[in-house]
Amino acid sequence: MRRAALTRLALFIIATVGALLYLTPTFFHNLPSWWSNFLPAERIHLGLDLQGGSHLVLEVKVDKAIENNLERIRADLTNMLRDRGISGVSVEKVQGTQLQVKVPAASVERVRALLTSDFANLSVVNTQTAAGTTDFFLSLSKEELRSLRDYAVDQSLETIRNRIDQFGVSEPIIQRQGQQDILIQLPGIQDPERAKQIIGKTALLEFKLVDDAANPEEAVRSGPPPGRQILYGYAGRGEGGAGADKTPYVLEARTLMTGETITDARVRPSSQLQGPYVELVLNSTGARLFEQITAANVKRRMAIVLDNRVYSAPVIQERIGGGRASITGSFDIKEARDLAIVLRAGALPAPVEIVEERTVGPSLGQDSIRQGIASFIVGGALVVIFMVAYYKGAGLVAVVAVIFNILYMMAILAGFEAVLTLPGIAGIVLTIGMAVDANVLINERIREELRAGRTVRSAIEAGYQNALPAILDSNVTTFLSGVILFQFGTGPIKGFAVTLCVGILTTVITAVYLTRTYYDLRISARKLERISI
Amino acid sequence: MELIKPGTRIPFTSYRKIAVILSTVINLAVLILLFTKGPNLGVDFSGGTVVQLKFQQKVTVPDIRRALESINLGGSEIQDFGQEGSNEYLIRLDRTSVEIGALGEQIKKTLSNQFGADKFEIRRIEFVGPKIGEDLRFRGIMSVVVSTIMMGIYIWFRFELRFGIGAVIALIHDVLVTVGALMLAHYEFDLTIVAALLTIVGFSVNDTVVICDRIRENMRKIKRESLESIVNTSINETLSRTILTTGAALMVLFALYFLGGAVIRPFAFALIVGFFSGVYSTIFIASPVILFWEKRQVRRR
Repeated sequence: MRRAALTRLALFIIATVGALLYLTPTFFHNLPSWWSNFLPAERIHLGLDLQGGSHLVLEVKVDKAIENNLERIRADLTNMLRDRGISGVSVEKVQGTQLQVKVPAASVERVRALLTSDFANLSVVNTQTAAGTTDFFLSLSKEELRSLRDYAVDQSLETIRNRIDQFGVSEPIIQRQGQQDILIQLPGIQDPERAKQIIGKTALLEFKLVDDAANPEEAVRSGPPPGRQILYGYAGRGEGGAGADKTPYVLEARTLMTGETITDARVRPSSQLQGPYVELVLNSTGARLFEQITAANVKRRMAIVLDNRVYSAPVIQERIGGGRASITGSFDIKEARDLAIVLRAGALPAPVEIVEERTVGPSLGQDSIRQGIASFIVGGALVVIFMVAYYKGAGLVAVVAVIFNILYMMAILAGFEAVLTLPGIAGIVLTIGMAVDANVLINERIREELRAGRTVRSAIEAGYQNALPAILDSNVTTFLSGVILFQFGTGPIKGFAVTLCVGILTTVITAVYLTRTYYDLRISARKLERISI
Repeated sequence: MELIKPGTRIPFTSYRKIAVILSTVINLAVLILLFTKGPNLGVDFSGGTVVQLKFQQKVTVPDIRRALESINLGGSEIQDFGQEGSNEYLIRLDRTSVEIGALGEQIKKTLSNQFGADKFEIRRIEFVGPKIGEDLRFRGIMSVVVSTIMMGIYIWFRFELRFGIGAVIALIHDVLVTVGALMLAHYEFDLTIVAALLTIVGFSVNDTVVICDRIRENMRKIKRESLESIVNTSINETLSRTILTTGAALMVLFALYFLGGAVIRPFAFALIVGFFSGVYSTIFIASPVILFWEKRQVRRR
């Protein structure tokens, strides 16, 4: 028995040294560089609720992406029909996800051939023939829809990652969650409102021509003429909230160019003539296109539209080569910088909407840590006094086991780089209170066996043996509910579930086996006549 | 030290009729309250926005309300939060569709005009969209239901079916009592409350496990006595453990309740109520169910 007990003692010593090594990076941040070469560098991270920061869940409006795609296909099809000289065909979007193609009888075969050869991703869901015209109803195939949705979410993720990288947040978490959500965590962020604006902007940049022949006021009253649309420009700051001055513009609905070809966007400081502006650098394709467009429309006004908001509509004085364009407007230097970030990172393929946000300021996190530590110390002290007062020596043994319990628990959390949250701290505090249960069960049993007249040695043995099934069962049940909680919970609650489950593992190890090792060693050292319990 | 003298025999099982009636009445009352008045849902489950503000000096709720009048916030509720004298306030808004990033900025700007920019800070903003709220609500209820059933199955598997059924009924009792207490104390139901309920389910079943374990052991040891007497003996034998364990857990919970801050307080409150209820239900609810089941079996034979 002594041999076995000594082996166990050695194991516990090794485990304790290991635990201390694993905890070192958590408590000492400036470790020498050789440390991480062969010693653990993982540490416990503080959750957003403790260090402050933003937790955001964005929903990508994938249906909008599909609609945009369908619109593009519609335009392609219309152009293609015109190029091939097939006339009298109309292409309309119906029910949001279908295209209806009305074809005169004479052209049906040619259109059918075109659809099968060039639009294989569309499937004909229905064909109706009446009064000399045939209607094709086309829709995107299921796989196509799925891949479009996936693409929209993945592309949004990539774009948002770019934007956040440029915005400068240390250790952000950006990941896909479920079908169409994106989870973003920004620890320690100072200005969450600004970050949200940068992340959430669709940043679809379009160049459109202004229709100077139309009267904007007239168009607002009676609706835009065919092929035209009305968009507004806003004077002054703000996202066009109530009270901002808005100016209507009548624009040709056709988009001449989008921001896809932008390779760089930079803020240019303000001069006497104007405020700060954003200069765009286009790639060679974009530069060529821009040159063509400007050349063809000299003396006309070109509107620069970002997310359906007209920033400016300067008159094109001459052909513009060199692939540079600029966006002016009434914004301050911070807004200009944010605009440059989103233009550099590219547009989102679909609009996004914040469906969940939890932002905690750093001072609240500090308070929470302080309160967590206070309840840890006071709760722990109460349990220590209680156990020692009730069980004396055996109580002290149980308390020492609890201390090792906390040590191992923290080490495991550090090893897995777990995130410590406020509910997580509550989980640790609760573990102190629940961990003594095992020792209470054992000690009560030992007392019972002693009363029944057993020797100290056999009472200890019987006590551990008889208490063990109940200890294991009760810990398994709590562990089970911890696992369910982990499945269900988000953020801070997951932190609680993790500490609860890890705490149960370490409780069984320390409260049962560590204390047992202690008693075995004492028993085997000499004949134990009395035991303080 | 000894709290319960060895050989104590409190005839717990003979109080079971009163206990069952009392508990049934309480549970029915909670259910009625739950379906008529309904629980006070936090933003996690109802959707909406919560903004926590801390001022440097004392302001009053009407002051804040007046300051925010200019930006029409819709159905809003402003209340004191946190400790006495910490000058913290919570604004709760029903509105869920706020333009991205607009709300915090709006509140900040408006309050800066009124109180001065460095006189307050926005400490926390939580916004939960209606769809997420509904989803969390569903998952919250499911997780409590599933874990309760899992506990029953585990006990059935480790002991006997009647023990499992007793455990499940005791757990339902504990959850209902806790929910009722939270409603009476006007606490909001949010994710931490679900965490508390699941912990109660996991912890309260411990008592049942320990007593069932003892009943099983005594059934083997003592053959001559009736099951009722065995159950009673088992409850008495484990009584000091029950009190000690719950006592230790309650100590840390009171520490959390008084020192853990405003976020943890409802959580600690729920656990305190649930743990008390757990002890009561194991002794007075789970055991009678086991006995009741036994009698039915005998009658059938």
